Amino acid sequence: MQAVMEKRALELLADGTVNRVLGWTAGEFIYDVTPAVFETAEEVQNGFLYNDFCGANLSKYLVKESRKEGKILVFLKPCDTYSFNQLLAEHRIIRENVYVIGIECYGKVDVEKLREMGLSGITGIRKADGDFVVETIYGEKTVKQADAMAERCLACKSKRHVVYDELIGEDGEVVEDCNRFDMVEKLEQMTPEERFAFWRGELSRCIRCNACRNVCPACTCEQCVFDNPNSGVAQKAAASSFEENMFHIIRAFHVVGRCTDCGECSRVCPQNIPLHLLNRKFIKDINSFYGTYQAGEDPNAKPPLGTFTTGDREA
Amino acid sequence: MKYCDLSKFYDLLLAISAKQSLYVPVNTKGGATWGRYREGVELSRATNTVRSAKDFFFPQTENLMEFKMEGKKIDVIDTREECEDFVLFGVRACDAASFDILDRVYLVDPVDSYYKNRREHGTVVTLACGRPTDTCFCQTFGIDAADPKGDLTVWELENGYAFRANTAKGEALLASVAEFLTDTDDAAVETAKTQIRSILQKLPLAGLTTEGLGKGLTKELFDRPEWASLSESCLGCGTCTFVCPTCQCYDIRDFDTGHGIKRFRCWDSCMYSDFTKMAHGNPRVSQLERFRQRFMHKLVYFPDNNDGIFGCVGCGRCLAKCPISMNIVKVMKTMSKGGNK
Repeated sequence: MQAVMEKRALELLADGTVNRVLGWTAGEFIYDVTPAVFETAEEVQNGFLYNDFCGANLSKYLVKESRKEGKILVFLKPCDTYSFNQLLAEHRIIRENVYVIGIECYGKVDVEKLREMGLSGITGIRKADGDFVVETIYGEKTVKQADAMAERCLACKSKRHVVYDELIGEDGEVVEDCNRFDMVEKLEQMTPEERFAFWRGELSRCIRCNACRNVCPACTCEQCVFDNPNSGVAQKAAASSFEENMFHIIRAFHVVGRCTDCGECSRVCPQNIPLHLLNRKFIKDINSFYGTYQAGEDPNAKPPLGTFTTGDREA
Repeated sequence: MKYCDLSKFYDLLLAISAKQSLYVPVNTKGGATWGRYREGVELSRATNTVRSAKDFFFPQTENLMEFKMEGKKIDVIDTREECEDFVLFGVRACDAASFDILDRVYLVDPVDSYYKNRREHGTVVTLACGRPTDTCFCQTFGIDAADPKGDLTVWELENGYAFRANTAKGEALLASVAEFLTDTDDAAVETAKTQIRSILQKLPLAGLTTEGLGKGLTKELFDRPEWASLSESCLGCGTCTFVCPTCQCYDIRDFDTGHGIKRFRCWDSCMYSDFTKMAHGNPRVSQLERFRQRFMHKLVYFPDNNDGIFGCVGCGRCLAKCPISMNIVKVMKTMSKGGNK
């Protein structure tokens, strides 16, 4: 896969279709992959990487990158294309400055899950019969693919690319039975007291690093109200656990109807707070109140909270 | 050297916790974290906690003072209180070394009385690293994970724990639990140290050096073009700074409670857009400048002001937690030019 992607990147750079490539670059280990922009063929040849750890969603970088001179090539996994489309709908990405290559994806590995299994000193990972063999300085261990995969990938909502200029590999289908609302349903079945305790417990770990907000493709305000000293609500201090709770709930409200459920918020949380569950609750509610709606699926679709019909619940 | 058999170890912890607050690494849904020890609590086997032990001496938020106003009269209320005695058990070599770095900031003139208060009342019990991991690089900074500093050093052996007091505080703590301890020679500990050091040599980052980095190099490093590509995908979040055991910057603000003013300080992050924002604006307007500040501080400015000592202890938390996997090791390798290949 990497070789095919690299070849296409070099071709598109060479024929002048694009002047930059947005992809991922290798790190110290197999798993610490960083999003990167490549400007020359040499940079692509030396640094471009695509592997099972390229989970980062590159769409949000295009808000800035599509405003630079020239056209940029970006590689998008199916779930990333939903974010891209949503950003198009919000006029945050300049479409003509981006060349999108859709790449197939069968789920990404979460190195945190490997660490939770007690694997430390990881030096490499190789595939063997569909499983992963994790090499560590303390020996090897075979891990089932599903056990190593990121939670969000286990409930993958779609293997279909909703936007692309060309595809590498086959396009997939929307996964109807992805069961992504299972945990939301469990939370709904709790008593209000139990649910309150659940969220207080989870959100109490927040250190207010803002990684969830900064990575979120739906959070593209030029300046967040929480960073603006003149807003009156700017709050750098994790002053009380209650305020951190409110921060996340307000943020979830702000992205309602625009969150595509890409799962980046939970991926980046250093405290493993399942923030995606807040968003999924809203997605589930929108589906039941206004009819099934998937943000990002169609950039021309009318957003459920941005339109009014006489059939609405509140009408 | 003292020894405590595994069968008595949790009784020993209980005895310490009966006399003062005892904090140990425990496993939670959010990963290993520092928790209050109570009967039945199990120690985490994690190489390190997600958040560092600096929180005990330099908490994320704290109130500094209060003001009350009546007409034109302002009362300044000193809210400082003597901290209670507490023990941290299981601090790793890297975090123990981070306290020396924080001391160089907070215990030099003008001494930070809030920090000093907690430092004086805290006893640091370190635990040698039986299972260092891929993200560890403390040895780059001359830190010995096989023989960590602290008031008291502990080694986990096959059927128990060995203890060595390094300071008067450590001696006092050992004396308070003497009933659980027996005398032992150094043989088992030396074996453990040899074992740990052989693992350290095998670590993927074992060869990382500070060559080409350090004091006096501001001019050489500040305008290097590589800062642009290194900082390019930085999200500008505060994860690296908040999990870092040596990040020491804070902001001070006033909060109007409606009945008076509380002046508090909270951790700040050089990655944030309003970091060191002043009346004239912000001295670092781009993420490149903010990113550069973080690494120049640890690798050049701090050594400049502190006899060449680096402001990083190689705990590896930023390697594990950065959302885009950009970190100080990548910066060091890029900037040291040939020193790290």
